[in-house]
This record gives sequence, structure tokens and C-alpha cells, in this order.
Amino acid sequence: MAEQHFGLLGLDDISVRFGGHQALDGVSLDVAEREIVCVLGPSGSGKSTLLRVVAGLQEADAGRVLLDGRDQRGVPAHRRGVGLMFQDHQLFPQRDVAGNVAFGPRMHKVARPERERRVEELLDLVGLPGAGARAVSSLSGGEQQRVALARALAPNPRLLMLDEPLGQLDRSLRERLVVELRQLFGELGTTVLAVTHDQGEAFALADRVVVMRDGRIAQSGTPLEVWQRPADAFVARFLGFDNVVAATVSGEVADTVWGKVPVPAGTAAGEAWILVRPTGVRLVHADEGLPCVVAARTFRGTHVAVTLRPQDGPPVDAACPLRDAPEVGRTVGVAFDASEVVPLASTAPTASTTATASN
Amino acid sequence: MSTNKKFTAIAVTTGFGMVALAACGGGSDSGSDSGSKTVTLVSHQSFAVSDDVLKDFEKKSGYQVKVLKSGDAGEAVNKAILTKDTPQGDVFFGVDNTLLSRALDNDLFTPYKAKGLQGIPEDQQLDAGKHRATPVDTGDVCVNYDKKYFADKKLDPPKTLDDLTKPSYKNLLVTENAATSSPGLGFLLGTAAEYGDKGWPDYWKKLKANGLKVVDGWEQAYNEEFSGSAGGKKAGADRPLVVSYASSPPVEVLYAKPKPKEAPTGVATGTCFRQTEFAGLLSGAKNEEGGKALIDFLISKEFQEDLPLTMFVDPVLEDARLPEVYTEFGTKIDKPYTLDPEKIAGNREDWVKSWQSLVLK
Amino acid sequence: MRLGLMAVPCVFFAVFFAYPVAAIVARGLRSEGAWHLAGFGEVLTDSGIRHVLWFTTWQALASTALTLLIALPGAYVFARFQFPGKQLLRAVVTVPFVLPTVVVGTAFLAVLGRGGLLDDLWGVRLDTTVWAILLAHVFFNYAVVVRTVGGLWAGLDPRQEEAARMLGASRLAAWRRITLPALGPAVAAAALMVFLFTFTSFGVVLILGGPTFATLEVEIYRQTAQSLALDTAAVLTLVQFAAVGCVLAVHAWTVRRRESALRLVDPATTARRPSGAGQWALLGAVLVTVLLLLVVPLSVLVARSFDTAQGYGFGYYRELASADGGAFLVPPVEAIGNSLQYALAATAIALVVGGLAAAALTLTRGRSRPGRLVRGFDALLMLPLGVSAVTVGFGFLISLDEPPLDLRTSWILVPLAQALVGVPFVVRTMLPVLRAVDGRLREAAAVLGASPWQVWREVDFPLVRRALYVAAGFAFAVSLGEFGATVFIAQPDRPTLPVAVTTLLGRPGDLNYGQAMALSTLLMLVCAVCLLLLERSRTDRTGEF
Repeated sequence: MAEQHFGLLGLDDISVRFGGHQALDGVSLDVAEREIVCVLGPSGSGKSTLLRVVAGLQEADAGRVLLDGRDQRGVPAHRRGVGLMFQDHQLFPQRDVAGNVAFGPRMHKVARPERERRVEELLDLVGLPGAGARAVSSLSGGEQQRVALARALAPNPRLLMLDEPLGQLDRSLRERLVVELRQLFGELGTTVLAVTHDQGEAFALADRVVVMRDGRIAQSGTPLEVWQRPADAFVARFLGFDNVVAATVSGEVADTVWGKVPVPAGTAAGEAWILVRPTGVRLVHADEGLPCVVAARTFRGTHVAVTLRPQDGPPVDAACPLRDAPEVGRTVGVAFDASEVVPLASTAPTASTTATASN
Repeated sequence: MSTNKKFTAIAVTTGFGMVALAACGGGSDSGSDSGSKTVTLVSHQSFAVSDDVLKDFEKKSGYQVKVLKSGDAGEAVNKAILTKDTPQGDVFFGVDNTLLSRALDNDLFTPYKAKGLQGIPEDQQLDAGKHRATPVDTGDVCVNYDKKYFADKKLDPPKTLDDLTKPSYKNLLVTENAATSSPGLGFLLGTAAEYGDKGWPDYWKKLKANGLKVVDGWEQAYNEEFSGSAGGKKAGADRPLVVSYASSPPVEVLYAKPKPKEAPTGVATGTCFRQTEFAGLLSGAKNEEGGKALIDFLISKEFQEDLPLTMFVDPVLEDARLPEVYTEFGTKIDKPYTLDPEKIAGNREDWVKSWQSLVLK
Repeated sequence: MRLGLMAVPCVFFAVFFAYPVAAIVARGLRSEGAWHLAGFGEVLTDSGIRHVLWFTTWQALASTALTLLIALPGAYVFARFQFPGKQLLRAVVTVPFVLPTVVVGTAFLAVLGRGGLLDDLWGVRLDTTVWAILLAHVFFNYAVVVRTVGGLWAGLDPRQEEAARMLGASRLAAWRRITLPALGPAVAAAALMVFLFTFTSFGVVLILGGPTFATLEVEIYRQTAQSLALDTAAVLTLVQFAAVGCVLAVHAWTVRRRESALRLVDPATTARRPSGAGQWALLGAVLVTVLLLLVVPLSVLVARSFDTAQGYGFGYYRELASADGGAFLVPPVEAIGNSLQYALAATAIALVVGGLAAAALTLTRGRSRPGRLVRGFDALLMLPLGVSAVTVGFGFLISLDEPPLDLRTSWILVPLAQALVGVPFVVRTMLPVLRAVDGRLREAAAVLGASPWQVWREVDFPLVRRALYVAAGFAFAVSLGEFGATVFIAQPDRPTLPVAVTTLLGRPGDLNYGQAMALSTLLMLVCAVCLLLLERSRTDRTGEF
């Protein structure tokens, strides 16, 4: 481990304590130049603290923050050259839009004409051309978001950090903006470290997703890797997969409270946790498979999410085609597809993660 | 952290403040005495001298006079005593016979026999043996009356302390707190002089029974309660008798427009207690020679004749002429009450204490 | 960083407050090289002194409660309602602050005393009763509450209260549960200042209460200035210190539990024309209160300044311009210039010292609470309000007597002493607002490259600009009317307005009395105009949000 390589940003074993609460617990993370990394985690998992440590707003109790390989210990926030877009924007209420965007360049002593050019350019970039003279209080949520982004980009930070960048926006706007942002960052070649609790946002935006839990990194990988192979029950549940159950694997079959569940070939034998994706839950005749009562149906546009209650064990979520969805109260049989079953690392879900993952 | 910048910022801010201060103070006297050409007089807030009189002294003597005034007579003396190791000036003016002993016991003054002392009557020179304190002026604390009130009621105004306890003057007198007011104390000492150590409390009991009113200071007594004053008239005051000074009636005339034919107020001549104010050369004075010259000036004819119109007191110099307004509208008090400074010093605190519990409670 | 900011206020307080006060107390308790503490027992068991202590405390508590009761609706009206003449009225309510107590006594007696308004209407006379003292304290301190609390109130987002009402809270409940807690620190600060002012009340008690009432302050004055009983005075000063210390501790404790970052909004957007009978009635009630309690007494003075022997006219004012060889070396009107110079200097000092102190107090590392040291510093700044002017004045005399600090005869000592009273106002007015500034706004600026100084200039200053003006207004008014320091400090012949007024009132004669009234009127005018200018200046372009 002596030969450690760090990218643009390197976090080396960072720990932060607030009183009795361990906000960050030995976090190490690397962000390469032009990479977009998204830290995903429930609230309280320490992801915002992580950003504050990088920005220099919070001192780490242990560990190093490296930017371009240089230790940032003792470097105050305003000398780190990183940008941070705050969760609720924190636009300066006493300045207009242009005044907000121009703030960074002004602090860096950029001459006025250059500054004005930059403001104009950035407002064009974020899709608010000519909005410079508007009062901050007259902006809609989406517009504020764009101004905050323009403001964060204005001083050309070597690393841009986003704290719940799209948190307060409505869904359609959010989906559109995520695409725009990714495109924009690609064009600008910006290195981005974002934190969010919304997996959709993280998967759409990031080159790499880092899932955090209780101040530690639970899993790190491309969105696809994380999606396909959640490292453990916590990650699985956080990604919205509730069909997690304890199992004893032998060969290609696992023994669970739901009965026998087929597992992919090559799964290690022994005690394990397995995840069954809702798409791998097939409804069959009540006599066949695991008998369950339909507890709830939720229309999801492309499919219907059905919650099934077996006699024993946790409920089973299934995704049904629109036409095949059974009525609430009916008794159906459930069978599982081996291709949609994912064996997880053997950590048991704790009470706290169950609570946070369920919302 | 960017410590340098921060300290620069602090320095700039502080500097700005100081510049602002300096700008505000521009043109005012600087704090330090410039050599022995300046002589500093320390006094109470009531000290005053006409501009031309002071200029004249400065021209003749070659000294610049700086006057430091603060507080009333009592405060000023106490401050001088507190700072006697590092005096604020060269001469102190304004210690009266009620406080003289305190000043002398504290070695406030260096003896100096002023030029022109022979022109001052012997009975005013209370420290004649040692010449530490030089008498400068006298003032008489007397009961004043509202002439109009007594004319309207066809009542004779009181003349003596005894008169004040008579039923016809019930609820008419207002006086000041002897603990905080100089005339208030003077009046108390006058009664002590008349009725003796043992007798004065009885007299005050009678005064109280006769509807005496006590307020805290001269300003309220005269301006708010006394029906003969300008303020009292506007405030609808209902006390035609007040403890004030013998000089008050002529000053009423002096500060009236148009000039009245006679003073609106009169003096009960048998109620007066004499206060004598002294000056002295402060021990440790930086400019002793200048201080001596200043004391000589204080009893010079020019200053003595200026006194009545600036401080409303009487000169001690026998051949000083009183201004016309005093001779025409004032009353000469021939037999004021007096008390030996030693005696005052010995009893003051006790008397004031018993007076307070007797009259105020 | 914080230590750096604290250096200036610390040095200021050490040199111009702690050292002089310690010197005068030590002079009283020490003689011939030994401490004499036996006096404590003697003084504290004296029934007279215990009575004084009791009266001082309860009248201060009662005055504070009454002031809050009467002035809080005023603070609301000034913060939330838009009505013609608002700026002028806000300046007028501050005027009592600058008037010498002797003059206020006159004004109040005209309302409460013989032949006064109450006497005329109902035959009620309140002079020489404790009611006169309490009402006069309200008169003096109305502005403290209106300005301190109103300044923050105007910046509170009214939508918070609206949100609570949507959740089913009644108007009163919404106010009590949402606005009041947010205002808590400001109300506590105002209450603390009113308490300290009334606890150390001097002139009002003597003039309106009569010589039978005495506060600790009066007793200290008597023992120090009149009797030179420094030992007794020292004990009383320490008792006063202890009492003030207790109050400050209670204050610190209550405020610490309430402090929270608030989202402040542009005050201009929160004030609107009153609507509905209830709001109009409230506005009316406040205006009537201001009229009866403040305007009527003040107009008595104005009326008397025109009421000359030859009928109404400007006679007294003309006299002011002439130096007739009387007790002034200069025409009394020059006192205005002196007063303004002193007040400006004192305001500058108070703003620098108080501003740095407030900035130091709001700096917190990360999200930690302010430490004990900082809270101690916070309390220290308030102490001058609770210490007798005569103690400080006499302390100056015996402590600042050697080079390089021989300031006793320097003009600068007067504004320095006045600033001592002004600084707590600056700190108290600025702190609640500074603390209410969202810390993340500062962080946003820091991340964008602003150094701590730039953060203060770019983020804090624009948001607290209004509070700064309010604070400056207070500091200015305090020093304009400050009488204690000016009287206790010996100074070359440059009378300030209050000193000139008092000198005039100290002499018999119609012209002297009239000039005193005229000069008081001018003092009010100067104060009102200066405050108005101050209020105006914040509507300049940069002040617009």
C-alpha cells in the first residue's frame, strides 16, 4: 500500500467525529481528472461532511485530503480552488443574478470586462441568457439551481462539488437537468464530486458511484456494476430492492423462508444473503410455487409493482406486465428466475439500515 | 489561515477610526502642556470668567491659561484630593468653607501669600496663619421669596429662620437635599449655627411639620417648585419660598428681557449662611510661578469686579465695586451665619446623616 | 483569527474600563499596603444599604417589564407596518435618549406633576411616586426595545408565521411559537440593556422620585463624589458588579438556549400597509402611546422654548447665539459643534471596537458552539452599562495619570468614555443579526474564494448594514446625550450640549431658563436630524436588496 496513486482528488483515511457521532470513518477515495463521481447514501451517512472536508469547511480529525497530490492541511477554504454548490443554493440574497455569478471571479481579482464576459457566457451555458439583472428572490427553484451552478463554475474550479444538486426540483425538471449537466460537464471537462440520496440522479450523472453507509464506503463502482451487483444487503435495499432474504446455498439452489430459490451457477455454497429482483419474480398459479396474498398494487407506468405477502418471511416485490397484475386480496403462486437472483456479501442488514433503506 | 491579511484589515480599520478621531479633534487644544508658558486652573463646572478679563491677564503675565472644569464644588475638591500626587493643574479654585478642612488636611495646597491679600478683610481669611488657601469670593445661601405671591396675599415675607416655622408660611418653603446639594447643605449649616449642635434637629422637625418640601437639587427647587422663577411660572409652581442665594434676585433682573423695574424675588435676610470660596496653589504644580501669578489675578480688582456677573458671587476684595445691577436690585447681607471650617469638618457627615433620617424618612 | 479580532476590544476595555475601575476600587479597599475588607460586613449589614439594594433591583425589574410591555407592540408596528412619517417617528422615539435627565425631569413633571396633563384631566399626580420613575424609564428606553428588536423583526421572514397559521395556529399562537423564539435573543438583549440602564439609574430617580428614593448608583455617587468615602463606595461598586454579573449570567444562559440561525430577508419587503380593523387599531394604539409618552413631554420643552416674556417667539434662540460675557466663554450654540464632534468620535470608536467584538463573537469553528471564553468576553462588553459613571470617571482620574496614558486633560478621553457606553449597544444590536446570518452563506463565499475579511465585507456587512446603522444611531445618541463622563472628566472649556443645558438651568433668570429650553430643543433637533440622515443613507442604491 506504500505506493498509492491519487488522482486529482485523493482522500486518504479521513475520519471526522462530531461529539459521540462518527460522521466519517476512515474514508479513502480517489477522483481522477475529468471524472464524475457521485456519492450516494441516505441522510446521515456522512456524504455532506465529506464534501465539507474537501472544501476546507470542516477539518478532518484524521487522514489527508490531497488535491493534485498536495496535502491540503491548513489550507483555508478560499485557497483550495474547489467549487461547491450548496444543497439549498445559498445564493446571496442582497445581490442580483450577475452579482452572484461574478462573486467568485471578483474574489479572484478578475478584471471587470473579463468578469462580465464570463457572467454572460455562464448564464448562456446554464440556459438563463440575459438574466443577470434579475433579483435572486424572483427566481424559480430551477432557475436558482442554474444560477448556483453558474456561480460555482465561474471561478473555474479544478474540482466542482455538488451537494444534492437537484434535490428540491420536480421530477421532470430533474431528469432533464441531469442530462444537461452530464453533457455540460463532459464539454467543459470538469471534474465533479457530487453527493445525493437519489439513486436515479446518481446513476444518470456519474461515471462512478460510491455508496456510503454510516461514514464508511459500502461500495464503489460504475453505475452498472453497482446496479447489477450490489455489494451487500444495505446497498441492495438502498437501491430500492427489498427482496433480500437470508439463504443457505448448496449447488444451484438456495434454501430460504420463501422455500427453494434457484441461484446462478457458480454461487459459493453456504450461508448467504440473496437478492431477487422484482423482475425475477414470476406469478404462477396458486397451486404452484410459493403461495402469497396480493397486499398492494402500484402503477408504475411501464409495469405494475405488486407487493406479495407470503405466510412466512418478508414480503416479496414483483414487477408485473400491465395486463397480468392480480387484484389485491387474491392468492397467487410465486416462482423465481435464477438469472435475476443476486447473491450478496454475507453482512446482515442492521436495524438502522433497514429503516433508512425502506424509504 | 491568512493571518497577515486579517491583521492588515484590523490595522486598517483601527487606523481609520483613529483618523476619524483625529479629524474630529482637529483644532482643539492638545493634551500636553507646552512648557511653562501654560498655567492650568482646575475648578468646578460653575467657574467662569469674562473673555476680555482673562485675555488681559494672559497679555500682561505672558501665561496661557487653561481651565479644566468638572462637576460641582464637592466633586471638584474630592477629585483634586484624589489626584494630589499627580495634579491635573497648577491652581485649584472652588473649595469653600464647608470643605476647606478636608482640602487642608489632605495637604492639597502649597502655602503662598498672594499679592493683594491686604485688601481682603481679616474675617474672610480663614487660613490666614498658613496662607495655603486664599479667599476669592463669598456667596450667601438665603431663603428667596416670590414678591408677587406675598403682595397678592397681602402677607409679609419671612425674615428669619424662626419665621419659617410660623403657620402663615405653611406649605410654602422648598429646599434642597443637604446630602447632594451645596445650597441645601448651606441652609442646614445655617440652622446649626443659629440653634446649635443640639437644637437644629428640633427646628427641622418644626419646619417639616410646617409643610417643608425637599427636592434633590437647586435646579428642581428653583426651576420647578419655586413660583417666583421663570421655570416655576411656566410649570405652575406653588412654593413661593425657596432656598437659593442672595445674588439670585439681581441675577433674575440681569437675565430678563425687557429689564423689570424691580427684582421679581426678594431675600429673607435673616436666613443666610455665608459660603466663602478659596483658591490654592496645588502641591506638585508643574508651573508654580504661573500658578502664583494666577492666584494674584484671582484676587485682583479686575477679576474681583468680574465675579458677580460671571459666577453670581460677591467679591472679597474690599475696594472692588459691585456692578450696578447688584447695588440696585441686590440685598447686602450684614449678619450672615457662619461656622468654623474645623467645626463643619468635624460634624458634617453626622449632621447630614441625622438630617436625612429626620427630614427624608 | 478570533483572538486577532478580539485584541482591539480587549485592549480598549482593559485600558479604559478594567484598569480605571480596578484602580478606584483598590484605592478604596487598600491602605498602607494592606487590604481592608472589614468594610464589607459593615456596609452589607447596614439596613439603609440593603433597602437601597432592594429598591434598585425591583424598580429595575419593574421598569424593564413595563418597557417591554409598552414597547414590543411598537417594535412590531415599526418593523411590519408601512405608514407615513415612520422614519421621522423612529427618530423621534430615540430623542429622549439624548436629553439630560434634568431636562427630562422638567418634561415629565409637566405631564405627571402639578398642573400636568393627568392632574388636569383626572386630578392624578404621579410625581414623587415610583410610577413617575417607572414611566420615565419607559420614556428613556422605548427606543432601545423598538430599535433592537425591531431591527431583527423587520428581517424575519413573515412566511414562517404564515406557515404556522396554515398549520392551524392562531395568530397569537403563531407569534408565540414562531416569531417570539426567533426574536428571543434580540428581546433578551433589549431587556438586558433596559435593565442595566434602569439598574444604574441616577438622575431620573432623584428628580422624579424625590430625595427619598435612592438607587445603588446614587449611593455610590454620594459616597465617592460628595463624601470621598472610597471604602464604602468600593464595596458598593463591587456589590453592583456582582449584581450586574448575575444578570449577565442569566442573560447568557437564556440566550444560549435560544440562539439559532435565521433566514433573514430584505426588511423592505416585510413591511406593508396595515389592513383590517385589528391592524389599524394596533397601529393607532402604538401611535397614541408614542404620542402620550414621548411626544407630549417633548413638546412641553419645545413650547417653553418659544414662550418668552414678550409672548411666543424666537427670543431665547437669538440669545443663544450671543456670548454676553456670562458663564460661557463661547456662545452656547457652539456647544452644538462640540457635541457633534465628540459624538462622531465616540461613534467611530464604538463602531470599530464593537464591530470587531461582534465579529469575533460570531466566528465559530465548524458547527461548534461558542466557547466559555467567548461568552465571558460577551458579558465583559456589557459591564460598563452596569457600572457607575462616577466610578469610571474617578477611576480615569487616578489611573490615566502618567505618560503615555496621561489622557486626563485630553479631549479624547470624553469620546473614549462615551464609547464605553456605546460599545455594548453596537455589540448587542449587531450580535443577534450577525448570528442570524446563515453560516452556509459565509461558507459559500469562502468556497468561491473570499478570504475571512472579504466574507465579512461581502456577506455579513450587506446583511447587517441595517443593524450597523441602528447601532451607529445608538452610539451616536448615547454620546450626544452622555452626561456622566462629560461631567466627571475635567476638560478644557468645550461644553457639550447637555453640559451647557445643565449650566443654564443652574442659574436663576428667565433668559437662562428659556435658553436651556431652546438649547434642549436644538439638542432634540440635532439628534433627530442625525438619526434621520442615518436612516436615509440606507436607502441608497447599494442598500437595496
